[in-house]
Amino acid sequence: MSKKQKRVLSLASVFALIFGVSLSANAMHIMEGYLPIGYCIAWGAVCVPFLVAGFFSIRKTLNNNRKSLIILAMSGAFIFVISSLKIPSVTGSCSHMTGTGMGAILFGPAATSLLGIIVLIFQAILLAHGGLTSLGANTFSMAIAGPLVSFGLFKLCQKLNVNKRVAVFIAAAVGDLFTYCVTSVQLALAYPSEQGGFLASTVKFLGVFAPTQLPLAILEGILTVIIFIGLESFAKPELKAVGYIKEA
Amino acid sequence: MSKDKKTVIILLVIAVLIAVIPFLALKGAEFGGSDDAGSVMVEEIKGEEYEPWFTPVLENLIGGEIPGEIESLLFCIQTGIGVGIIAFFMGRFYERKKLSKDGSENL
Repeated sequence: MSKKQKRVLSLASVFALIFGVSLSANAMHIMEGYLPIGYCIAWGAVCVPFLVAGFFSIRKTLNNNRKSLIILAMSGAFIFVISSLKIPSVTGSCSHMTGTGMGAILFGPAATSLLGIIVLIFQAILLAHGGLTSLGANTFSMAIAGPLVSFGLFKLCQKLNVNKRVAVFIAAAVGDLFTYCVTSVQLALAYPSEQGGFLASTVKFLGVFAPTQLPLAILEGILTVIIFIGLESFAKPELKAVGYIKEA
Repeated sequence: MSKDKKTVIILLVIAVLIAVIPFLALKGAEFGGSDDAGSVMVEEIKGEEYEPWFTPVLENLIGGEIPGEIESLLFCIQTGIGVGIIAFFMGRFYERKKLSKDGSENL
């Protein structure tokens, strides 16, 4: 990372700290208009450094190897597809998956945050799903927190020499589940329960999201493994270019 | 049939089962969105009807909720864009591997 990039990134981080922390002194998609305005700004500010880092990260990947552009586009498209599928779940309500696992494993969490926000803006404007005011919070849960966990788990599994496909499955599934946990916490922060406060509220929201999401997280893991098998069999050069397969 | 193909088929079957079983098992369930379940919970915790302070841009524009059919159309467009991109490149990768004699190593 060059000096100039570092400066921009640290500026963005400072911006996030000022807005994020001062307001948070004291929520898969949070519904439009359901988050108090302070939280909307705070979560939005927290996302900025990640998006800036994502921009640099994508530029660097593309400069190193143009081939990775195709895989990047496919990762974005994967999020488009997966997050548009509403799947019925055991609790009798529908939810959808995040699809961010693929991008996180191949390009890291920063780049994925940019891919994720594109999808979230699309859904917020056209589908009234999620929302512009809750964009920051949703970006943080779906495009930052989830991918961070996926990325970390995948790296950890590789260190422990876990089978690559198992690693992809774990990373994608847990990342998906974690997205919803973060959403619950975000909602609980904004709506602490009168008895028991923040924690009781978190448990309540988790109770809504977690049982619905658990089977979907497994489903997301499976679908991510399938696309990776497809890429492994047909797109070895590209996977090498982004470092998923080590150069022999 | 190669080992990979078998794995993919087994995984696809499991994936379909996960999605279909709850749908068949829970007769009469509404299958509303869990996002909406979230808003119900907000009202429960606050103990009062919650008035969202901001309505979605498109709903403002047309002055009401997006009709269900239109919403599913828009969701389909989203899926379509994604599937199109993935299928296009997968097809190219597939052909490339077929055309190059020794697998994809040269490209």
